[in-house]
Amino acid sequence: MPISYFLVLSALLFSIGVYGVLARQNAVLVLLSIELMLNSVNINLVAFAAQFGENGVGGQIFALFIIAVAAAEVGVGLAIVILIFRNRQSVDIDEMSLMKW
Amino acid sequence: MAEWWQEGAFWLFALIMVFSALRVVTTGNVIHAALYLVGTLLGAAAMFVLLFAEFLAWAQVLVYVGAIVVLMLFGLMLTRAPIGKGKFDNDQRWLAALCAAALFGVTSYILVDAFDGEEISFTRTVGITAEDVGDVIFSVYVLPFEVVSVLLLAALVGAVVIARRDR
Amino acid sequence: MWLVPLLPILSFFAILFFGKRLRNRGHMFGIAAIGIGFVLSLIAFIELATGRAAVEKAWTWFEFAHGESLHLEFGMHYDFLTGVMFLVVTTISLLVHIYSTGYMLDDDRYTIFFAFLSLFTGSMLLMVIANNLLMLFVGWELVGICSYFLIGHWWEEKENSSAAIKAVITNRVGDVGMLFGIFALFVATGTFNIEAINNLAHEGELGGTILTAGGLLLFAGVVSKSAQFPLYVWLPDAMAGPTPVSALIHAATMVVAGIYLVARMFLVFEAAPVVLDVVAIIASITMLLAAGLALVQDDIKRVLAYSTVSQLAYMTAALGVGAYTAGVFHLFTHAFFKALLFLGAGSVIHAAHSNNMSDMGGLKEHMPHTFRTFIIGSLGLAGIFPLAGFFSKDEIIGGALRSASELGRASSWVVLIAATVTAFLTALYMTRAVIKTFWGTYRGQGHPHESPGSMVTPLWVLAFGTITVGFLGFPVIGPFKSWINVPGEAHHDFEALYNLILPIGATVVAVLAIWIGIQFFYRERWRLDILGGPFGWIYRFVANKYYLDDFYLKGIVRPIQYPVARATYWTNQKVLDGAVNGVAIATVALSKPTYDVLDQQVIDFAVNGAAGLTGYSGGLLRYMQSGNVQRYAAVLFAAVAVFVALFALT
Repeated sequence: MPISYFLVLSALLFSIGVYGVLARQNAVLVLLSIELMLNSVNINLVAFAAQFGENGVGGQIFALFIIAVAAAEVGVGLAIVILIFRNRQSVDIDEMSLMKW
Repeated sequence: MAEWWQEGAFWLFALIMVFSALRVVTTGNVIHAALYLVGTLLGAAAMFVLLFAEFLAWAQVLVYVGAIVVLMLFGLMLTRAPIGKGKFDNDQRWLAALCAAALFGVTSYILVDAFDGEEISFTRTVGITAEDVGDVIFSVYVLPFEVVSVLLLAALVGAVVIARRDR
Repeated sequence: MWLVPLLPILSFFAILFFGKRLRNRGHMFGIAAIGIGFVLSLIAFIELATGRAAVEKAWTWFEFAHGESLHLEFGMHYDFLTGVMFLVVTTISLLVHIYSTGYMLDDDRYTIFFAFLSLFTGSMLLMVIANNLLMLFVGWELVGICSYFLIGHWWEEKENSSAAIKAVITNRVGDVGMLFGIFALFVATGTFNIEAINNLAHEGELGGTILTAGGLLLFAGVVSKSAQFPLYVWLPDAMAGPTPVSALIHAATMVVAGIYLVARMFLVFEAAPVVLDVVAIIASITMLLAAGLALVQDDIKRVLAYSTVSQLAYMTAALGVGAYTAGVFHLFTHAFFKALLFLGAGSVIHAAHSNNMSDMGGLKEHMPHTFRTFIIGSLGLAGIFPLAGFFSKDEIIGGALRSASELGRASSWVVLIAATVTAFLTALYMTRAVIKTFWGTYRGQGHPHESPGSMVTPLWVLAFGTITVGFLGFPVIGPFKSWINVPGEAHHDFEALYNLILPIGATVVAVLAIWIGIQFFYRERWRLDILGGPFGWIYRFVANKYYLDDFYLKGIVRPIQYPVARATYWTNQKVLDGAVNGVAIATVALSKPTYDVLDQQVIDFAVNGAAGLTGYSGGLLRYMQSGNVQRYAAVLFAAVAVFVALFALT
């Protein structure tokens, strides 16, 4: 099976994730989209590992670490979102524009 | 003989994944979005199995689906996510779509251009089991492993600190 | 050698800047500078006398067209003439400096006085050492300006400043002539270099007319600077300055600048005999006139001033008849005894607090040193053997005789007669002065006393000089003749003593005059009733300085002063101020529309437009800073896409 299938799939998922990050209004949904992107990267890595690695585990290890980091990031990110919600009673990103002119 | 199997499985799960992903970013119901994500993640796990990464597939299911999505759901609940449909896309949808499309076009083009013709052989016999993975983790990649542990610890503590109610 | 003029000039600046703060109020610089200069001059002169050749050095100052059309130098030329002048200037200047420390002790502007003394000495030396006419002229003018400052030192009195102005303006008249003379010579020869011009003149290369013209014009400068007829009128008035100034400038140095010029350019003068005749005639007129004036003055300094004029005429006449050595020698000796007389007069004035001889008298008991030195000086001036004046005067008279008899020049006869008569008169007026000042009873106020050592010492030094210097010119034996490099073939070294009649005759004349003087003034015999009677008008004529001054004042100065000045003022007010005001009004009128149109509309439009544009674009750009994180992220991803594309394509 040509590897490019996996790669294109990964790219597609990544782009969809990008769309989600940019277009969604709810902060939690943005986090969800980020997870999507990370996943696509995982697929990419594992595909390459299967293709090129002699015993094929380097990429998998990497992907494993990515999962771990993703978990950490989600934890912290959600903590922040909850804090923001507590202060502003809303998780609408469009309203969180204090850093403007 | 097994190839059409695998290719067929690939197409199936790919389809599921893409569809779910699309629904994640377009649905009006946040809870549904989270659930669609589950679908995507399970599809990813299937992919992993297809790519000789069994341990990773289980880890994906356990951690991602089991923990992260649940965490998301908790987050949604705690932030009073609206039940039912709502408007969740902001004004720069079209720009975002454009951006995503561009990104997709560019990356896929590059990837295909670089790796066209390469084939994955499905006759691998090593590096598949959890044992193999564990072997490598605790010998070659032990340092990153430890670092990631510390990272998780830091994230844990940080999250608790951040989200603590001030008394 | 260039140190000698340089040091005093440096001293001038030093005194100017530092003098007031020094304890001795600055005179040390001057004395040191000139002292060193004196020593150097002496050394150089001795070197020159013992056979070393004349020194010439030149530095190019300015060159137009690489010396083809104009070549201005800054150079020095040192020969015997220069050496003699150096000695004279430095000696007298040094002595005057020392004298002044006593004389000017109470003066408020002590320091600036010394500064100008230094500057003056420096400029005089500069002039003497110059090797080209322009540099000489620079020194000439500088000397004139210093004369102005020094004469007008006590400018609080109006008459002092008037005297200074008179000196400058009279000098100016002559200087204009001199400048044109320099130009004429330049046109004729193409160079300013003195040696070159002299050589060209000597070889007969220059056309007669332009040479005569140049010579006459140069002589015009001499007439003014060395106080010959008719431009001598400034010198008596210049006595308003302090006595040391008179001693330095008007006895020994500045006034001899003219003589120096003639001596320096002698070959030019020689090549145009007409000029020499003119020189001789004018000198003769001057010497007689001045001697007459000296006879009727009450102010002791004026007596000496007119005496100077007369003696200068002697020197000029000597050069006019071709007795080069005699003239220069007389310059040399005259410096000594005239300076002596002036300083002595200063001493007397200091004691009697008055310039006028009618306030003096009987001072020989009170001021023995001054008295004795003054006598020595007077005898020297009168030409009594063996003092200095005897030798130099005789040489001149002898030279005139020879030139007249052997060379057959008519003008020289005039000189001969005039010189003899003047010798008589000289002795006469000096006797009068001496008697009036030192004999009889004291007619003035206060109690006269001898002057301090700082003033008396120079007197004795000069007296010593007067006595000894004469022997340098002793005929046949005296070395002066061999030193003086008489230019060209002008070996008119008149051995005055092969004709023994002459010196004896001159001495007889002088002694006769002295005897007459004693009779007339002291014993008051033969007092003709000259104030009335047929000789009255002679007396009045002479006493009023031949009405020459009045002629100048009413005939020349007043007409210029009033009508011309008024016309000039009117022109200034109406024409010049009108033009200036008109320009101002036009400017104002022009500026209003400029403001309205140009400034308000055009420029402001541009400026406001720029501001508006900036605001507008800022308004557009501020949307970049929306604060919306997703917006930022969008931009980020777009950029990533672009970069990746670029990366891929190249």
